[in-house]
Amino acid sequence: MATIEKNHDYHMVEPSPWPFWISVAVFVMMIGLISWLHFDTWLLFAAGFLGVLYVMFAWWSDVVKEAENGVDHTPVVQMHHRYGMMLFIASEVMLFVAFFWAYFDGFFRLDDVEQYARVAATGGHWPPAGVEVFDPFHLPLFNTLILLTSGTTVTWAHHALLEGDRQGLRWGLVLTVALGALFTCVQYLEYSHAGFSFTGNMYGSTFVMATGLHGFHVLIGTIFLLVCLVRAEMGQFTTERHLGFEFAAWYWHFVDVVWLFLFASIYVWGSWGVPLNH
Amino acid sequence: MTDTAHLEAHATGHDHASHVHDHHTPTGWRRWVYSTNHKDIGIMYLVFSIVAGVIGGLLSGAMRMELQEPGIQIFHGLAAMAYGLEGDAAIDGGKHMFNVFVSAHALIMVFFTVMPATMGGFANYFAPLMIGAPDTAFPRINNVAFWLLPPALLLTILSMFFEGPAGALGFGGGWTAYPPLSTSGHPGPATDFVIFSLHVAGVSSILGAINLITTILNMRAPGMTLHKMPLFAWSVLVTAFLLLLALPVLAGAITMMLTDRNFGTTFFNPEGGGDPVLYQHLFWFFGHPEVYIMILPGFGIVSHIVATFSRKPVFGYMAMAYAMVAIGFVGFVVWAHHMYTTGLSLDVQRYFVAATMVIAVPTGVKIFSWIATMWGGSITFRIPMLWAIGFIFLFTVGGVTGVVLANAGADRALHDTYYVVAHFHYVLSLGAVFSIFAGWYYWFPKIFGYMYNEFLGKLHFWVMFIGVNLIFFPQHFLGLAGMPRRYVDYPDAFALWNRVSSIGYYVTFVAMIIFFYATWEAVRKKRLAGDNPWGDGATTLEWTLSSPPPFHQFSTLPKMDSKDAH
Repeated sequence: MATIEKNHDYHMVEPSPWPFWISVAVFVMMIGLISWLHFDTWLLFAAGFLGVLYVMFAWWSDVVKEAENGVDHTPVVQMHHRYGMMLFIASEVMLFVAFFWAYFDGFFRLDDVEQYARVAATGGHWPPAGVEVFDPFHLPLFNTLILLTSGTTVTWAHHALLEGDRQGLRWGLVLTVALGALFTCVQYLEYSHAGFSFTGNMYGSTFVMATGLHGFHVLIGTIFLLVCLVRAEMGQFTTERHLGFEFAAWYWHFVDVVWLFLFASIYVWGSWGVPLNH
Repeated sequence: MTDTAHLEAHATGHDHASHVHDHHTPTGWRRWVYSTNHKDIGIMYLVFSIVAGVIGGLLSGAMRMELQEPGIQIFHGLAAMAYGLEGDAAIDGGKHMFNVFVSAHALIMVFFTVMPATMGGFANYFAPLMIGAPDTAFPRINNVAFWLLPPALLLTILSMFFEGPAGALGFGGGWTAYPPLSTSGHPGPATDFVIFSLHVAGVSSILGAINLITTILNMRAPGMTLHKMPLFAWSVLVTAFLLLLALPVLAGAITMMLTDRNFGTTFFNPEGGGDPVLYQHLFWFFGHPEVYIMILPGFGIVSHIVATFSRKPVFGYMAMAYAMVAIGFVGFVVWAHHMYTTGLSLDVQRYFVAATMVIAVPTGVKIFSWIATMWGGSITFRIPMLWAIGFIFLFTVGGVTGVVLANAGADRALHDTYYVVAHFHYVLSLGAVFSIFAGWYYWFPKIFGYMYNEFLGKLHFWVMFIGVNLIFFPQHFLGLAGMPRRYVDYPDAFALWNRVSSIGYYVTFVAMIIFFYATWEAVRKKRLAGDNPWGDGATTLEWTLSSPPPFHQFSTLPKMDSKDAH
């Protein structure tokens, strides 16, 4: 209700079609996924997925317009957005907790005598019998360095933005996006050289779902940073106001920290003292 | 609040604002479908919750009719109708169908009835009003959190019509969906429908939680510190944190189940080194906070009602607020008391017994503080107060049986018996649902502007109170005698109390008809409720507004001064 007389700084958001239509698209996507899994047709899934993508684009376009009009995003509304993003990342952390839990359930409880079927399947040690794990100080270490470097380049871009250095912002972001893409390529390369199957065994299951979920988040983070690059080129970030950029940087650091936990617990600790796949 | 703040909020909060706003109120279907208004979204949540509650309630009706007598009464007939089976095949199909009904009843009541009513309806409508905010922080996210629920409910309902186990329809693995029954035991798509339903409902809850936490932390009226915030807002804040941190773990667990079922991973399959008990850990790490998610907003509602109708501020405000925080924290570290029979080591069992008992302490603080609030108060037994006192009594019964079940030794005998069913229905379908009806009768005049018929409200309360106790109290006896839950038939020895329990269902059914009639009567008779029908005891900010409140309230924010009470 932009025309309403109000004596406070909160943003009274206009009615919006997007929440309803994204729910419709999500429903189509879910029915589509079931059809894909059980009835061999992916068309419905594709339609729902495209619908979700379209609504995300349209919805966030509205938010960008509101950020640009100079009225709606008052300091308190910006504070809302910070809280919202922090809380979203907190929920993401808990999603990863589930997959780390599954990994450590294998790691610590594989010789549990009461679970004889599992002990019989795995030999009672971790990594399980028949699994040849990665050398952590080969591609995984390389990937760790890539992500850590990208953490510094995004900080470089942030400081350049704060100083009003447009070139520094541009090249800091370009480098970060490139490093993110490189990480994804290296991860793909690593997957294709795995000395174990991703299905049929607990090690492969936890490995591929934990690192795969992380890889998916790297992809989202890369797209987020790419959007920031485009928005920076369009001049939408000022030295004072650039929440979109900050959130992309927060998200990127979150993805980085998750990787450090994956690297430490799955790649290094999980391969300690066992034969490696070079 | 003091009278001056009362008047100030009254003058600035709605009178001058309402006529300005009316010109810009969106109309027709767009007002609801494209809504960004917390009150409209709250009403949609309440309507959704009622619709889902009717579906869930009818499912349990079929279960109670089946269990009214030993033997198979109706499910072979239902299976014959639904699957086209005959003879023994119809009886086998009926047995599975009973479990499908049990599962759908639980999912619908937990995710689509109780949660949308408390954290959707009442929290959306009243948390912003109580903290003096014009709306929530993220109105569009608020609306998407609502609109994700109908697709989620539809997915659960659709699951009942697709193949589950080979040759039978629907998912019959209970709301807990333990593998291997939910993985290799149900190869058909029904389980995938349930998984995606929970994914979508989970996203909805997480988004709703982010919106409510941000609103409560960031949009309180000037001068309203956290320690002056009404207890209902406290309860919503704690509950939203539980949602935010518990639901992603469920999402992870059911994603693992999805890949185990469809992509050959072996998280829960011992043949590949997996662990079925891992699922139970993940599920209950979510599931135990989930039961507090269902009850905590009720604690907040009941606190206000008891204070209002005792005409006293609530006893021990700070203890009441931090008791909820404590329940929220401890709720995350007691999950394996649902798993005493899964082969946990004795040390682990000892820990979970002790930790679970600890929860009785903050819960006791709340029960005794409600009683102390009433003590020496000028009590009027209006309808909301009846429900609130009913809540306190019934929740205490459920809490006490919870202390019994917390003992690993006693749980050996009682696990998966009707004693457990009786316990969690006393805290939820009598506790949480009574708090929802308490909130409904407390805030109905505020939401709709009309007063219901006092006699019909009382009739609804007493018939329902008798009905639900008839259903669930005998189930304690059945459980102690060893009757297992989730089973379509039982030995003749259990016939008497099952019959009483089923009669209780019919009484409760009549109570629900009275409820709908009372609501219809109130809307039809249009007795104007006025801004504050409850008098001096009702001190929170929603009573300073008109009934119903203007489309956008508090265009000038109300101010709390330092002597304002909560």
